[in-house]
Amino acid sequence: MNKEINNSACKFCPGCGYPIVLMILEKVLSDMGIKEKSVLGLDIGCSLLAWNFLPINTFQTHHGRVTPTIMGFKRAKKDSTVIGLTGDGGAYAIGLQSLLWAARRDEPVTILVVNNTIYAMTGGQTAPTTLKGQKTDTTPEGVEAEPLDGIKLLREVASEKAFLARTAVNDVGNLKSYIEKAVETQKSGHFACVEILSMCPTNWKTKGVDTINKLNSLKEVFKLGEI
Amino acid sequence: MNKKHFLTGSEVVVRGVIDAGAEMMYGYPITPGTEVFTGWIGSGKKYLQTEDEIAAGFAVCGAAIAGQKTFTATAGPGHVLMQDGLSMAEGMRLPFVTVVAQRGGPSSGTVIYSQQEVTLACYGGNGEGMRLVYSASNLEELYFMARLAFNNAWKYRFPTIILTDGYLLKTKGVVDFSKFENLENEKPYPLVKEGEIKHWRNIFTFEEELFEELEKTKSDFEKMSVEVVESEEFETEGAEILIIAHGIVGAAAKLAVKKLRKENKKVGLWRPITLRPLDIESLNKNLNKVKKVLIVESSFGQLSKLVKDGIEDCSNVSFHYLQKPAVGIEAEEIMDKISNL
Repeated sequence: MNKEINNSACKFCPGCGYPIVLMILEKVLSDMGIKEKSVLGLDIGCSLLAWNFLPINTFQTHHGRVTPTIMGFKRAKKDSTVIGLTGDGGAYAIGLQSLLWAARRDEPVTILVVNNTIYAMTGGQTAPTTLKGQKTDTTPEGVEAEPLDGIKLLREVASEKAFLARTAVNDVGNLKSYIEKAVETQKSGHFACVEILSMCPTNWKTKGVDTINKLNSLKEVFKLGEI
Repeated sequence: MNKKHFLTGSEVVVRGVIDAGAEMMYGYPITPGTEVFTGWIGSGKKYLQTEDEIAAGFAVCGAAIAGQKTFTATAGPGHVLMQDGLSMAEGMRLPFVTVVAQRGGPSSGTVIYSQQEVTLACYGGNGEGMRLVYSASNLEELYFMARLAFNNAWKYRFPTIILTDGYLLKTKGVVDFSKFENLENEKPYPLVKEGEIKHWRNIFTFEEELFEELEKTKSDFEKMSVEVVESEEFETEGAEILIIAHGIVGAAAKLAVKKLRKENKKVGLWRPITLRPLDIESLNKNLNKVKKVLIVESSFGQLSKLVKDGIEDCSNVSFHYLQKPAVGIEAEEIMDKISNL
């Protein structure tokens, strides 16, 4: 462990779902024996806080740009395992073009989309995944459109061999197996994206069981499983 | 073996980046830079046509982090988008190499020529313009700059831009490669390696952290500057009027000086080869010897601003300008201007 890791305090808010995703990711990469060959690329948003969370090589990128950056890395170093960690805004709004094209080209990269239905880092503004009728600072009258199903959209353009799935941070069994499958898919040369429904008590303004209840209610809107 | 070849500017660039050891190109077609991309593809090297210039820029960043000599080429509005990746490369100190083929602006402007991307190339990011920017005035220089760009990008890890335009990229002429035979290549290396844990950041929690980073970057940039700045002095000995011009306007100015000298007019040329950093020492030395300066450029003063920023004392010099954005400037026009100063 280097000095930076030892000194790193958890920078995520109390109750955030990101540390669960990172913990499971680290477990998967360790179990597969590929941690040293792995690189974690970070989008901007709460994902950027993971820069020294794990004993894994990392690099930050710009908002929406983690996909083309890890693609450039992977194409340059084919024996590496590249993981892109991004929020729902980074993946499905500003970074959608690159995400769709990475899927369409079947780039062997693994994207983990942490979906908390809002722009959390900037204070809870409307995301492509924000629920219909939900009010935010940037849609005070409530969102008019249905939330975007990013995984379904990717299915439209991805190859049959791409692995596309959705799970939740409180469903760690599936979370682990999906991340494993996503990494295996990359190793076999194909695109993989796992969306993970997550919680943001800070911006949801929820406490304890209310946070879990809200997270579970999202599962009614966003269909879980592989597609 | 014959080392002289009859090539277009784009072909010269492709040959230069191949000889520099480039392995991969990410590109998006845009006039007048497209032929660099298609020429590279024609050479059989690895490439990817990305969904836009933004993706090309960030793919170059990712490849550079992995230790691959990679580059892109763009122009005009594509250059605007490329600033996203260039800004990250500046913040993370990545060896990002790009060819920028200037076209008319703003917006989509015109498609072949101008010198209006100087400020964007030098200072386009949301930072301090810590980039190395070359401006080529002829085919041979295009080749040399392609070699130098990769060497210096990997040596100093600042984004490096070869600034040119469609006129030069489409010009066909003879280039003698024999003089570059002994030029060695800087070796690439991965910025994250297996067996060690590194975190490449571009965003910081505390203002003081970023300030410290920027101070170090500035110091590194200044150290690099001493070693990389280049300019050409032509007929400056005894000159009373100094023309300052860059790129192919610099080539026209050189021709004008040659002709004016035949008429016994005391005119010289100072041509920056690196626009950023600028060869300030040479600029000031030459300025001190003349009474008048004529800055010639296909822009309303982008070069003039860079030059004036580098001047220490110009109290004895009067400044004159020939500024024509979007259109070429020929030697005769420069000669007329000199005659009327």
